[in-house]
Amino acid sequence: MHKEFLMGNEAIALGALAAGVNLVSGYPGTPSTEVLETIAKRNPGNVYVEWSINEKAGMEVAAGAAYTGARALVTMKQVGLNVAADPLMSLEYIGVKGGMVVLVADDPGPISSQTEQDTRTFGMFSKVPVFDPSSVAEAYEMIQEAFDFSARYKTPVFFRATTRVDHGYEDVEVKDPGEYYVNKAEGFVKDPSRWVIFPRLSVKNHALIEKRNAELKDVLSEYPRNQIVPENGCGNAPCRRGIATQGVSFMYTLDSLRGRNVRVMRVATPFPFPEKLALEFLKDLDEVLCIEELDPVIERALVFVCGKYGLQVKIRGKMTGDMPLSGENSMEIVDSAITAFTGSEGERPYTMPDELPAPPALPVRPPVLCAGCPHRASFYAVKMAMKGQKTIYCGDIGCYTLGNAAPLDMCDTCLCMGAGIGIAQGVGHIEPDTKCFAFVGDSTFFASGITETINAFYNQADMTLIVLDNSTTAMTGHQPHPGTGRTVMGQIVEKVSIEKVLRAIGLKVVETVDPLDYECSVETIRRAAAEPGVKAVIFRSPCIAISKPKGHSHVDSDKCIACGKCIRELGCPALVKAADGKKAAIDPSLCTGCTLCEQICPVKAISGGEKNDTAKGGCHA
Amino acid sequence: MRKNIILCGVGGQGTILASRLIATAAMAGNIPIKTAETIGMAQRGGSVFSHLRLGEEANSPLIAKGETDLIIAFEPGEAVRQLPFLKKGGTVVVSRRAVMPVSAMIGKSSYDPEQMIDYLREHTEHLIIVDADRAAQELGSSKTLNVVLLGAAVRSKELGLSEEDLKKAVKERVPERFLDLNMRSLAWSRDNGEE
Ligand SMILES: Cc1ncc(C[n+]2csc(CCOP(=O)(O)OP(=O)(O)O)c2C)c(N)n1
Ligand code: SF4
Repeated sequence: MHKEFLMGNEAIALGALAAGVNLVSGYPGTPSTEVLETIAKRNPGNVYVEWSINEKAGMEVAAGAAYTGARALVTMKQVGLNVAADPLMSLEYIGVKGGMVVLVADDPGPISSQTEQDTRTFGMFSKVPVFDPSSVAEAYEMIQEAFDFSARYKTPVFFRATTRVDHGYEDVEVKDPGEYYVNKAEGFVKDPSRWVIFPRLSVKNHALIEKRNAELKDVLSEYPRNQIVPENGCGNAPCRRGIATQGVSFMYTLDSLRGRNVRVMRVATPFPFPEKLALEFLKDLDEVLCIEELDPVIERALVFVCGKYGLQVKIRGKMTGDMPLSGENSMEIVDSAITAFTGSEGERPYTMPDELPAPPALPVRPPVLCAGCPHRASFYAVKMAMKGQKTIYCGDIGCYTLGNAAPLDMCDTCLCMGAGIGIAQGVGHIEPDTKCFAFVGDSTFFASGITETINAFYNQADMTLIVLDNSTTAMTGHQPHPGTGRTVMGQIVEKVSIEKVLRAIGLKVVETVDPLDYECSVETIRRAAAEPGVKAVIFRSPCIAISKPKGHSHVDSDKCIACGKCIRELGCPALVKAADGKKAAIDPSLCTGCTLCEQICPVKAISGGEKNDTAKGGCHA
Repeated sequence: MRKNIILCGVGGQGTILASRLIATAAMAGNIPIKTAETIGMAQRGGSVFSHLRLGEEANSPLIAKGETDLIIAFEPGEAVRQLPFLKKGGTVVVSRRAVMPVSAMIGKSSYDPEQMIDYLREHTEHLIIVDADRAAQELGSSKTLNVVLLGAAVRSKELGLSEEDLKKAVKERVPERFLDLNMRSLAWSRDNGEE
């Protein structure tokens, strides 16, 4: 054993390695990504690791491994589970032979997600048991327990952590590689009555799953992480009030109690719900406050237990208006809820500071495209090329969603990964006079853009597909994908060509252009958009985080006429006002020398940049 | 020992590395530490913060309002944003250099950094302002603002760690070829802190 300062996701990864995981698959998504990356980095050498092209593929690869008796882990963010729902729903009926953990990172807030969905609810829906850790150090232990549990009960299990655990850091005692459990897979044993899902098997297994999950309620009542915290004393009498909590909110609760008299139950496996433990917790209580994030899962379970056993305990929480229905919990939310619940302030370790007067207007900082981001150039070129025409710009998920912000304003819709293509098609069928554009990133194209493009092509859509190929999965921290020719195991492999895929579908117009070549980009878009049917333009230029700048631009203040065009139209963070407050200047610590501003300056006052040349094709090929 | 520290700034300014340096130093002294970090989309120029909790007593990685001993702010506006977290009599170390948001550049919002400094002066008992522009000029790099601020913080005595601990952490974490620059950065505010 030794101590390390670890991010929650790193702790989970080391825990999976300690549990003898044999195969890890997944698709990146905040806040889950670092789990798979850490396994790849700390791989003792015998673990197969892959970034799958999407969560569905990852789920199936992990299931296959688990069918052989291997221990498998698949990682994703909460919306990724929607993509992987189809294989998982059926897999629960089939079960596994080794151990299989489905790691899903939920994101209360949401801080970087489209939805605030709760994987605990998905556990109930899919009948898959759920483990819900409260801290980084606990996550390390719990993932190992989750593997053992999965192997024992032959079912996939959810390991669901939330952002504050995934992205928190803590000093953790971890095993040395020599102490890791070693799991040897027996191999796949043919048995159609076990591995081939048919209605007859489904109905049989459904009954078995329900029976097992009912039994697991008792088993999990004994799981030490489902716990009633030793009472810190309600005088000599037993407590009449209780708090039921989970996840990081358990930690907020512990720090907010400050001597206030309540009994606390922490639920580590919200499904199957530890009913016996809950009965013990509810004994002699008048009232319970449920402190949890996302869905009122514990609250509903306790209302159910009270109904089932005829208990007269008032259950408070989200459904009674005592806790917020959406958003992330904070120390303040938890503290004031406990104050309202107990009618006591508790003893504070700090004297509260004086109330501050309202501050001056704080800077507004929505996230923006980086200085030099090639997406900015792509959006600007399309915007200029289509000026004056009736258009719709259907965006998608990735850094390029940030094209929605002023001054670009180039994202009219954004729903979920790959959806922009279908939406552009749908709008076009109803509004044939609108020029419909779908913008899709390279990673998103591989994840879920190909089937949508075939759909649009086959069904005779009229639209322009713009593939923003920055040769990486940027938003989630620059993971490789099939277009990069690299794998997470470090192999150099054959690239999948986006051009060839599009041509194979049947598209006649497939153009590739460097978005940092402004004139050429505008010209190409005009030409392509005028063609009938589905046509594609691939903007290819690397993300600045994976390419080295070759110099930076500067403004010749004698030439600058202070028209403000560069600042106003591009919204690049490196373009700032000079000391005089009028002319333009460039922050050399941010500028990458992409030259976009040089090309649009009406008096050519900006120079010195040098762009990366990677697009093959375009106007000068 | 019990210390609650907030690091705050704008995505890309190096708050996470600073948080790691403090953690490394704390670990070396066997002090338990928990942190909460902003990782993800906000790293693209949004407001970011790290909460650090040192000592046995902390369960939660987040700090409650009014319970922060020290705020290390990489930007004046971000210091003001986090000020409600500061305890009565707490310390703020702030870089004077503002990062103008794009929205203010294109006239969609307004931001006056001088007002922020005035507000901090008025409402903080212990305020240390670091002249980041001068530091960058004298050090020949603007990339070590995080270490410059840590130097000022450690000398405020509110970090709960010694300058020696922090030096060791820098040696452990920073690549060899940047070591000299980082050591000079750590010491810079010794003679150049403003208030
Ligand atoms: C179903 C689903 N899986 C994963 C994510 C997380 N995610 C957000 S953006 C993104 C990929 C973006 O990569 P790319 O399309 O190449 O665009 P870039 O960020 O490089 O501009 C991913 C995987 C998500 N939002 N939805
Ligand atoms: S990380 Fe890359 S793709 Fe994302 S905004 Fe920055 S330059 Fe653009």
